[in-house]
Amino acid sequence: MSDFTSHLMILPIVIPILAGALMLFYDDRRRLTKLGIGLVAIFMLILISMELLSGVKGSSGPGSTVVGLYPLGNWPMPFGIVLVLDRLSAMMVMLTSLLALPSLIYAAAGWHGKGQHYHSMFQFLLAGVNGAFLTGDLFNLFVFFEVMLAASYGLMLHGSGPERIRAGLHYIAINLAASLLFLIGAALVYGTTGTLNMADIARAVPELPEAQRMLFHAAAAVLGVAYLAKAAAWPLCFWLPPTYGAASPPAAAIFAIMTKVGIYVILRLSLLVLGPEAGASAGFGAPVLIILGLATMTFGTFGILGTPDLGRKGGYLSIISSGTVLAAVGFAQAGGGAQMLGGALYYLIGSTAAISAFFLLAEPVSRGDEPPEEDLPEGSDAVAERWTAMTSLGAVEDTTDPYSERTVSWLAMGICFALIAAMLAGLPPLPGFIGKVAMLAGAVGDNIPASGRLPMILWIYVALLILSGLGALIALMRFGIRRFWAEDGRTPRILALEVVPVVILLAMIGLQTVRSESVMSYTRDTATALLSPSIYRNAVLAPVNSADALETEVAR
Amino acid sequence: MELILALAIGVLVGSGVWLMLRPRSYQVIVGLCLLAYGVNLFIFAMGRLYVGAAPIMPKGGFVDPTAYADPLPQALVLTAIVISFATTALFLVVMIVSRGMTGTDHVDGKERLS
Repeated sequence: MSDFTSHLMILPIVIPILAGALMLFYDDRRRLTKLGIGLVAIFMLILISMELLSGVKGSSGPGSTVVGLYPLGNWPMPFGIVLVLDRLSAMMVMLTSLLALPSLIYAAAGWHGKGQHYHSMFQFLLAGVNGAFLTGDLFNLFVFFEVMLAASYGLMLHGSGPERIRAGLHYIAINLAASLLFLIGAALVYGTTGTLNMADIARAVPELPEAQRMLFHAAAAVLGVAYLAKAAAWPLCFWLPPTYGAASPPAAAIFAIMTKVGIYVILRLSLLVLGPEAGASAGFGAPVLIILGLATMTFGTFGILGTPDLGRKGGYLSIISSGTVLAAVGFAQAGGGAQMLGGALYYLIGSTAAISAFFLLAEPVSRGDEPPEEDLPEGSDAVAERWTAMTSLGAVEDTTDPYSERTVSWLAMGICFALIAAMLAGLPPLPGFIGKVAMLAGAVGDNIPASGRLPMILWIYVALLILSGLGALIALMRFGIRRFWAEDGRTPRILALEVVPVVILLAMIGLQTVRSESVMSYTRDTATALLSPSIYRNAVLAPVNSADALETEVAR
Repeated sequence: MELILALAIGVLVGSGVWLMLRPRSYQVIVGLCLLAYGVNLFIFAMGRLYVGAAPIMPKGGFVDPTAYADPLPQALVLTAIVISFATTALFLVVMIVSRGMTGTDHVDGKERLS
C-alpha cells in the first residue's frame, strides 16, 4: 500500500477546524473577512478531496482500490484511532466540500447576518461531517457525530424566531436520545468483541462464541436504530420535515448531507461487519433495512404530495432519497449484487446535490407566497423585511445588506426550479434517471433466481422507485404551475446571489450527467469494493503482524 | 455488586425514558440527564467489573493483565460525560429561549387542551 495520502488525509478535518477557530478571532461584524476565510477553506477542501479521490483509484488499472490509512498517534494497528480512506469515504468527502461552496455563497446573500458565528459553525459542521466519513473507529465516529450535531444545533437555530426554536427543541431532543443509543450500542460492541476499530470488529465477528453473538446482534440493532434516526428512516423520520423546513435555507442546504452521514455509516458497517464475510452474522439486519427503506419511500411519497409548504417538501424529498438508498443497501447486504448498489451510490450523489439546491430555491420561490399576516403593512417588500437587522436576542448592530444588489428575472427561477424538479423526479437525461435505471437494471438483472421469477420484494422496490419519482413529479409540478404560470403578475425580488449557488449545483448535476460513464464506473467499483469487505479489513489490519512482533519482543 | 449496578442502570434508564416522554420541557431535560447517567454506568460496566484493581500497568516487565481493570471504558465514559454535559447545557439554553418566546414550557410551544 502506497502512502499516497501521507498527511493529506487528515486535512479535510483539520482545515475546517482551523478556519472556524480563526474566524472566532474576528469581530462578528467583519463578515466579509469570515466569508473570505470560509471560501478559501472550502476551495482547499475541494482541491484536497479531488486529490484524495484520484488517490484511492490507484494506478494499477481500472477497478482497483487503494485504502489509505492514517494512524493518529502512530499506535500499532488495532489500538489507537485510525482514519481510513477508501473509495466510499473519498466520494463522500468530495460531495461534502462541493455542497459546502453553494451553501456558503447563498449565506452571503444576507442570511449569515441573521445571527452570530454563522461561518464558524458552518466550518465546524464540515469538520464533523468529514471526520465521520474518514474515521475507522466506532467511538471516534461518535465524537465526530457530536461535533457535527453540536454545530448543526447552532445552524438550525440560526436566525431565531419561534418556529425555529420549536423545531430546534425537538431536533436537539431527538438527536440527544439517538446519541445515547449510539453510546449503548458502541459499549455493547466493545463488551462483546473487545475492540472499537471497525476493521477489527469485522475480524472478530465471525469468531464470536454463540453466547456473545446474541449480545452482539443486540448491539448492532441498537446502533442501527441510532443511525436510522439520523438517516431519517421511517418510523424515525418525523422530526425531519419540520426541522429542515424551519431551518434557514443555507443551513438546510448543508443539512442535506447530514442524513447521508447516517446512510453512509449504515452502508459502511452493515457491509463491513455484517456483510458476506461475517460468518453466522452475515446478512443480519438486511430484511429490516429493506422493509424500512421501502416504508420510508412510501412515507416520503405521501408526505410530499400532502404538504403545501415547499421547505417541507424538501424534507420529504430527502426522506425519499434516504429510503431509496437504504433499501438498496439492504438488498446489497442480502446479496443483491454490485450493479444495484453502484446505481444507488450514483443516485445518492445526484439526489443530494439536487436536494441541497432545492432547499436553496425553496425560500426565494415561495417568497411573497405566504398566507397574508395581519401585522404586515400592505405592499411591504419581503426581501427588505428579511434583511432588517434583528432587534432582539443578541443581534449585532450593523448593516446586513447583501453584498450585491443585482437581481435576476423570475424566468431564471422558473428554469432552475423545473430542472431541479426534473432531476428529483428522475426524468431523463438527468442523474436521477440514470441512477434509477442502473438500480432497476441491477435489481432485475442480477437477481433472477434459477426458477426465473423475481422475488416479490424486488417487484415492490421497482414499483416504489417509479412511484416515488411520480409522486415527486406531481407534487413539484403542481406547485410549479401554480407559482410560475398562474402568476398574478406580482413577482418577488430575487437576488442574483441567491440564484448563483443554485446554478453552481445545477452545473455539478450537469457535469454528472455528461460524465455519467466515469462517475458510474467509479460508483460501481466502489460498490464492488464494499461487497468484498476483506479489502478494507486487510488494508487496515495489515500492520497487525508487525504489532504482534513488537508484542512478543516485549514479552520476551 | 452486579445486581446493584444492574438495578441502578435499570432505574435510571427507566425513569429517564418515562420523563423524556412527558410534555414539559423541564421533564424532558431531566429525563435526558438521567438517561445519560444510566448510559454512562452501562459503558463502565461493559469493561467488566473489578474491585480494587488499577487501570494502568506499571512500566516495564510483563504483568498479568487479569489483575488490572480495563482502562478503555473509563476513557470512553469520560468522553461521553463531557459530550452529554455540553449538549445538555445547550439544550437547556434552547429550552429557556423557547420558554421566553412562547410563554409556555410545553415542548410543542403551545398548550394542548385536555
